[in-house]
Amino acid sequence: MSKAPEAAQKALDGAFAGGEALAAPSANLATERDRNAETTMVDMSTSSAETQRATYVPRATPKKGFDFFFRHASRASAWFVLVLLAGIMLSMIVGGWPAFREMGIGFLTSSVWDTQNDQYGAWPAIVGTLITALIALVIGVPLSLGIAIFLTQLAPPWFKRPVSTAIELLAAVPSIIYGMWGLFVFVPLFAKYVQQPVNSIVEGMPIVGTLFKSASPSGLGILTAGFILAFMIIPFIASITRDMIDQIPTVLRESAYGIGATTWEVVNHVLIPQAGVAIIGAVMLGLGRALGETMAVTFVVGNANRLSASLLDPGSTIASRIANEFNEAIGLQLHALIALGCILFFVTFVVLVIARLLVARVKRY
Amino acid sequence: MRKFMIVAAALGFSGVAQAADITGAGATFPFPIYAKWAEAYKASSGNGLNYQSIGSGGGIRQIKAKTVDFGASDMPLKGEDLAKDNLAQFPTVMGAVVPVVNIEGIKPGGLKLTGQLVAEIYGGTVTKWTDAKIAALNPGVKLPDSNITVVYRSDGSGTTFVFTEYLSRVSADWKAKIGANTSVQFPVGVGGKGNEGVSASVKQIANSIGYVEFAYAKQNALSHALVQNADGQFPEPGMKSIQAAAANADWDSAPGFGILLNNQKGADAWPITSATFILMHKNAEKPEQAKEALKFFAWAYKDGDKLAADLEYVPLPANVKAKVQDSWKAIVNNGKPVM
Repeated sequence: MSKAPEAAQKALDGAFAGGEALAAPSANLATERDRNAETTMVDMSTSSAETQRATYVPRATPKKGFDFFFRHASRASAWFVLVLLAGIMLSMIVGGWPAFREMGIGFLTSSVWDTQNDQYGAWPAIVGTLITALIALVIGVPLSLGIAIFLTQLAPPWFKRPVSTAIELLAAVPSIIYGMWGLFVFVPLFAKYVQQPVNSIVEGMPIVGTLFKSASPSGLGILTAGFILAFMIIPFIASITRDMIDQIPTVLRESAYGIGATTWEVVNHVLIPQAGVAIIGAVMLGLGRALGETMAVTFVVGNANRLSASLLDPGSTIASRIANEFNEAIGLQLHALIALGCILFFVTFVVLVIARLLVARVKRY
Repeated sequence: MRKFMIVAAALGFSGVAQAADITGAGATFPFPIYAKWAEAYKASSGNGLNYQSIGSGGGIRQIKAKTVDFGASDMPLKGEDLAKDNLAQFPTVMGAVVPVVNIEGIKPGGLKLTGQLVAEIYGGTVTKWTDAKIAALNPGVKLPDSNITVVYRSDGSGTTFVFTEYLSRVSADWKAKIGANTSVQFPVGVGGKGNEGVSASVKQIANSIGYVEFAYAKQNALSHALVQNADGQFPEPGMKSIQAAAANADWDSAPGFGILLNNQKGADAWPITSATFILMHKNAEKPEQAKEALKFFAWAYKDGDKLAADLEYVPLPANVKAKVQDSWKAIVNNGKPVM
């Protein structure tokens, strides 16, 4: 990094060093043709430096005024973000406070959501949020890594471009489209070809039966929401991972191949460790989206304000419950919804902290 | 050309500035008819209405905060709430809620249920279509031997309020355990967002039951079930049976006409019926705007019935309209009625 300004400085001075700096990376592969090119480049840099020297006129007054303005404007922008965050956090805490005060710790642990008697508990929504996001990661991360590795290492060029474009297009699809597609296309198929057969297989089995037997095979439920979320986060994780793997110096990969490593060995021992930090970052970004996703989940999660043992039964997430009830909420219900938002904020914050810690750990090794 | 455009723009702006649009916000159920009325009213009077269907809860918040000229709610406010914020309340149009089913071979109106039975199905105690109580009501109707999948509205809505309020009236058990509100804790079933979410789920899930607004069920040709009314009859839901429910109601029994039309007496009365309401401040801080809003509703009462009927909304009975217009005298500015 620090070499670049030096090189620029030398080039400006018109010294030969500039030419050397430019030639250095290709030195060991140099052929006769390369040498010719080098000479031309050196000549060019020398001549341009001379022209610059001839026309150089020192500035009469450095424009310090603008510099001053620029510094403070950028500082203000940075502060703005902090103030905004603090403002959001504060207003959520203030808005949710009546609910926390009224329910106490029960707000976190209770499963009752009774608008009639103003009793609110967030537990089913918290669990639903975490489980749908976890399912999304379990499905989405291996698929994303597969896509990224295939695109960067294995795909023939004619195939690479359409797949890359498709991923970028998927990332740009609004979440409501995923929700509608999920409800009208995915859910009926899922009910017919997954839920009903699974129901007849697992019926009566211990544990598996509890986890996968749905009371009503409607296609709506926690697992469906997990699938839709996975489809939504795949483009993010895949495209970031692809870009990161692309940035790994070719020398590393080629030297691994050079000592006889197979593709799998290169991926496993070179690429993944090299891009590790970035991949964790990408996964956390995907997790953040999965935790907060609202419309698509609301369409397919089944919106039941209760906790079921089965993954195929309807449930709810924090975001879906807020989306469902906010319009008509008055009084304590409104405060309870804001308090839910506060909890989601906190959960996301914790996820971010864990991501930072993971990244720090990976970086150390 | 350019001069012409500037003049045109100036005219356009001045037009907007002169006639301040009436602003309203709230209930989603009457939104289609308010929008239709607004369009027709603009054409006849030149005055516009800007109505935002943000939900009844939002409408109540907005009118309390005085950011709109009127708020709209599907759920009437109680007398003490009206008094606390000094609000006037009156109904505009009526609608109904119908149970819809997806059972092979069952045509619209082909299944009969009682309110008590609907409460038991939604409460999770009646779980099969072959239940003896359903069979007793539907002799000769072939019903499948399968579980009932219950579908409800997951978003807070006036529809859910009307439906659960009806169930609370006919079932003491429902009233005690679940109650009536814009969203309640249903013990079984799956939730769909909005009428379209419920109808999509009902259409996709075999042997399911849901509830939607009658207008929505009719426009989308869903198979509705008939529900026994207070007189023991099974009327078809529609203009006639909804008006029958309104005709037999005692509109003066609650402040601000805030009565519920569920389970009204009358052989023809559809049992799950409701009006939708408007909220305005009795002490109008902007008398001109309040006057314009009232003029709009007066116009809607007089000329809006046909448009309402086209969209499957049911107009109020004439005597109720007269009573409502009489009540507008209570909306005052400095002690003088604004209209």
